Amino acid sequence: MCQDCGCGDPEIVPVEVHERLLSANDRVAHHNRAHFVEHGVLALNLMGSPGSGKTATLEAMARAPGANRKLAAVSGDLATDHDAQRLRAAGIPAATITTGSACHLDAEMVHKALHDFELDGLDLFVIENVGNLVCPAIYDLGQALNVVALSVTEGEDKPLKYPVIFRNADAVLLTKIDLLPHLGVSIRNFDDAIARVMPQPRVFPVSARTGEGLDRWLQWLDEKRIRADL
Amino acid sequence: MHEYSIVSSLLERVGAEARAHNAIAVHRLTVRIGAAAGVDPDLLSKAYQMFREGTLCAGAELCVQRVEEQWACPECGRTIARGEILRCGQCAMPARLVSGDEIILEQIEMEVP
Repeated sequence: MCQDCGCGDPEIVPVEVHERLLSANDRVAHHNRAHFVEHGVLALNLMGSPGSGKTATLEAMARAPGANRKLAAVSGDLATDHDAQRLRAAGIPAATITTGSACHLDAEMVHKALHDFELDGLDLFVIENVGNLVCPAIYDLGQALNVVALSVTEGEDKPLKYPVIFRNADAVLLTKIDLLPHLGVSIRNFDDAIARVMPQPRVFPVSARTGEGLDRWLQWLDEKRIRADL
Repeated sequence: MHEYSIVSSLLERVGAEARAHNAIAVHRLTVRIGAAAGVDPDLLSKAYQMFREGTLCAGAELCVQRVEEQWACPECGRTIARGEILRCGQCAMPARLVSGDEIILEQIEMEVP
């Protein structure tokens, strides 16, 4: 009721909130993170353009020499189960989150998908996000690490064009480096663009086809697991 | 376009707050969006116009306060311009984003009985 004159008219009041708009998502992400930690699993949010080599890199990780890491994955896709089928064929337990028209995964989708996985005994759990360099960037899923796959065929300026996803990344997988001799691009120029959007740039040039660079990438993941005390 | 899902979170949050205060209508929402937050203010406003129909916010204005992207050295405080290498030339420390990643619901003006 109006406090000024007691006339009984409705009153307009300002209610201060000062809260992140994605706080509901953040709460579910926090729950997912606790779940991963409790089971001793290092969770990765693997993002990148469609066709950047996210699935191919996971397949290569499964067949890398001396690969004794137990890996499982969930793939976000607007339609089809193709990625999860490829991962299962490579020996990685995998499921699909079909997003329909949604351009990114959110923490609730991942939470529901986790019910289908036995996390005990796993080393790594990869959340392969929907192929998109924009929308997935701002949603916390409960991962320990954000990783962006960027293929050399996409062009050297992509980090500058899509800065948010790179700024929030812990590492960049520079994929398809076996194609470098056929393209007029250089790893140095990719590094330079990445250093302008990512304060602590960490780039792993890899080729899923030849296996080049995978050892450094896998070693880094192992170090992260040890440091996280998982 | 993730702005739709952000508006949907916004309307849910505002609806909960309005119910808690027994509001009969919402008049204005103020949000703060950073230039480096990955949210386009114009797309957010468009998505809001579309989604507010039939909600308590149907007549509520969305006021978007924009925040500039600013980087600085955490050690010496030197400003590092957007587009530069994000490392302090003097201290060699990685730059820190001082502002610009905000996606915040600041205030709801609501009509209470």
